[in-house]
Amino acid sequence: MTGWSGPEIWFIIVALGAATFVIRFSFLGLIGNREMPPWLLRHLRYTPVAILPALVTPAVLWPEATGGTLSAPHLLAAAMALGIGYWRKNAVLAAGAGLATFLILRAVI
Amino acid sequence: MATQTTTTGAFWRGARDCGPFLLVAGPFGALFGVVGTEAGLNIAEVMGFSIVVIAGASQFAALSLMLDQAPTVIVLLSAIAVNLRMAMYSASLAAHLGPARLWQRALVAYMNVDQTYAVSVLEYDAKPAMTLPEKLAYFFGTCLPIVPTWCVATYVGALVGEAVPASWGLDFAVPIAFLSMVAPALRTMAHVAAAAASILLAIAFAGLPYNLGLMPAGIGAMIVGAEVERRMGHAFPPPGARP
Repeated sequence: MTGWSGPEIWFIIVALGAATFVIRFSFLGLIGNREMPPWLLRHLRYTPVAILPALVTPAVLWPEATGGTLSAPHLLAAAMALGIGYWRKNAVLAAGAGLATFLILRAVI
Repeated sequence: MATQTTTTGAFWRGARDCGPFLLVAGPFGALFGVVGTEAGLNIAEVMGFSIVVIAGASQFAALSLMLDQAPTVIVLLSAIAVNLRMAMYSASLAAHLGPARLWQRALVAYMNVDQTYAVSVLEYDAKPAMTLPEKLAYFFGTCLPIVPTWCVATYVGALVGEAVPASWGLDFAVPIAFLSMVAPALRTMAHVAAAAASILLAIAFAGLPYNLGLMPAGIGAMIVGAEVERRMGHAFPPPGARP
């Protein structure tokens, strides 16, 4: 992978795996049966929907493939994945629809 | 032996109840394998992610930031942040499995993913009379359709990825995968508000180098989601959502 050496990649894999295990083990293993405060649970509940959209926004709005300008295939494919996923509540269907939209539009436009 | 029979029964019940999620773990595991090898990871590295980390969204997050040449610390912090919700899973499982032995709890923790957690906790809540061995057996049953599938599907995807030319433009599969995971999770007004805040804050912070805007955007959006939930009550559905 461009810009990353083998040891660097393995460092990320192992560090991410270890940190993820610590998170998963936290209450089960070390902290015991104590309840988490409600305000903390309330914030943790939103981590995926808070972080993932921020992560994809630049890739959707300013894709590298077009040199950072708005692109119809990227925008419409993203809208399709989001729309189908919200409507059908089905991630696999959403990913299939989004990918198909992207590949078709890119071939046509 | 009666207890033996009930734990075996609980194991297979867990496997059956979690069975439909095969249709999630399979395609997304394969997708990670494909885009991972397309991005230039070798098969061992792709498998390393799926076996050591087993957390789809954070694997895709790490991959996407590595492709952006973000600094290692940003790659790790962002991918770890995506998994913070699992502390909540851990706390909720601890209420049921806390008295189990340490190695059993460690094994539960390793396989504590969205689907195994959700299916198990629903069962524990529905059947308060379950014994600890039954609860453990049920949890390990839910892992059967998910964990091996995730790893095998990643491997198959990696083989496919090595055969697919990079010019197909499958790199956009990563953002698509994220949006597909997020959209069905927009169950309440609070989730919708958090996602909208996340997009707006990402645009506001887009000028910062090295994806440094991701953390403040994520934290800000988390606060927005929690605050909306606090004001509206947890179960408030967004307009048009099915019950």
